[in-house]
Amino acid sequence: MKQNNISERLINGIIKENPTFVLMLGMCPTLAVTTSAVNGLGMGLTTMVVLALSNMFISLLRKIIPDKVRIPAFIVIIASFVTVVELLLKAFIPFLYDALGLYIPLIVVNCIILGRAEAYASKNDVVSSLFDGVGMGLGFTAALTIIGAVRELLGAGELFGFGVMPESYVPCSIFVLAPGAFFVLAALTAIQNKVKLAGEKKGRDMSKIQSGCNSDCMNCKETGCSKKFLDVSAGKEKDDLEVIEITDGDEFPEQAVEEKEEETND
Amino acid sequence: MSDLMKVSSNPHIRSKVTTSNIMLAVVIALLPAAGFGIYNFGLDALILILVTVATCVLTELTYEKAMHKKVTIGDFSAVVTGLLLALNLPSSAPWWIGVIGGIFAILVVKMLFGGLGQNFMNPALGARCFLLISYTSIMCNFDCDAYTGATPLASLKAGESVNILDMVIGKTGGTIGETSMIAIVIGACFLILLGIIDLKISGSYIVTFVVFLVLFGGHGFDPAFIAAHLAGGGLMLGAFFMATDYVTRPVTKRGQYLYGVLLGILTGIFRIFGPSAEGVSYAIILGNLLVPLIEKVTMPRAFGKGGERA
Repeated sequence: MKQNNISERLINGIIKENPTFVLMLGMCPTLAVTTSAVNGLGMGLTTMVVLALSNMFISLLRKIIPDKVRIPAFIVIIASFVTVVELLLKAFIPFLYDALGLYIPLIVVNCIILGRAEAYASKNDVVSSLFDGVGMGLGFTAALTIIGAVRELLGAGELFGFGVMPESYVPCSIFVLAPGAFFVLAALTAIQNKVKLAGEKKGRDMSKIQSGCNSDCMNCKETGCSKKFLDVSAGKEKDDLEVIEITDGDEFPEQAVEEKEEETND
Repeated sequence: MSDLMKVSSNPHIRSKVTTSNIMLAVVIALLPAAGFGIYNFGLDALILILVTVATCVLTELTYEKAMHKKVTIGDFSAVVTGLLLALNLPSSAPWWIGVIGGIFAILVVKMLFGGLGQNFMNPALGARCFLLISYTSIMCNFDCDAYTGATPLASLKAGESVNILDMVIGKTGGTIGETSMIAIVIGACFLILLGIIDLKISGSYIVTFVVFLVLFGGHGFDPAFIAAHLAGGGLMLGAFFMATDYVTRPVTKRGQYLYGVLLGILTGIFRIFGPSAEGVSYAIILGNLLVPLIEKVTMPRAFGKGGERA
């Protein structure tokens, strides 16, 4: 795999593989805590810190962790950082701690974090993994803040706690309730898909960008990741085949991580 | 369909029944209830009905134009949705409630799921529940020039006595179209005579609800209590015009009975044990969501196929 540079990782996390709008991961906190822009921002930043640190440490330890117990090992690393962050929040930002409540400990089982650990950090060097975590975290933060802002604006007539709508606006309170989260998430996902499709029509091939190896997966025969996939599966025993399916998450981010999401759903 | 030149194999069945015919008949059948609502609540009701219907039709037209789809406003289904939604609003609601409700009903509940025939939920009821959750105070404000205070069902729930004759005629507070039992039943009879709806769903719905009231209503077999529950609230409108919606009801015969029974039980639970006085719209929406399951369970078996008992 070619040397990943920092900006490529950041842009990948924020735009190309935005965890919320593209990969559709971590739906539980996305739907539950985005009742206001501040809550969305707080949840996003908290997750980003955990994601960046756990990615970095998992990448550091990737040669030490035995393959068969890697998931428990990842969980222990992630849970340690979540505990640290939870105690820090409780001590220094109590209002955010109260607002997010149960969803802070639940970051442990956030499938973005486990997904990136499995798909990226366990196979790449420390710096790339750190910035992959930061990029993914920023993408998550941006998505949650936007969803929170739209819901707060429509459902309470405010933005970051300030009244921005005219006096005559009657808040549509369904948007701060659970159904509103689904409406806003679906609408924003539709908009970003529309923008992406418009980009494709202009001639930019999105399939190349998705794969991370800058070649077209559809027409990739021997040189790219499919070759590696075959080599690995031939080299290992049959028992390990199911493992391979998951470990190739980087090359096939959407399918592989979705499968895992069922197991580790938050 | 004007493809008269189309060659197809037999059998060639021709019917004058079209979607627009049926929808037009439903509109006509709703006119007594709408007319009584306008008579009862005055000009506000008329304006709200017109705004809601216009919004629904315009939303469908705009969406289909924007998405380059075939324009289907000629089938009057948007008019039916708008009319039903308006009849479910209190006359004191401001005009923009009708606009928001109409857009939600057509755009989100109907068009995004593929248009007429594809929606999994009755659009008018979906929009009503959307509005009820979003603007509770507006949607539950039944004060108007003619009446102030609680609706008959709310009074009944509070243990007060109600005038049943007024409730049957419709001279009570409530949403625009739900108050007059007589006007709704006249419209329903018109549809039944035309064969557009039948009593499978409506009948089993109402009978189950009455049985539920007798068993759990806390009044035993009290005709006055039962009559008040039948005439009050949206039960009649729901049972005849919304539960029987062609798109969101089960297609199998046994399924339709089961659906009616389910709605009766749900309505009873919401009205007797729930915190609010009314429960018809939530009952029908929940019923809509269960329709695929009901159809799966009640799918008729072809002769000669099947398990041990066949």
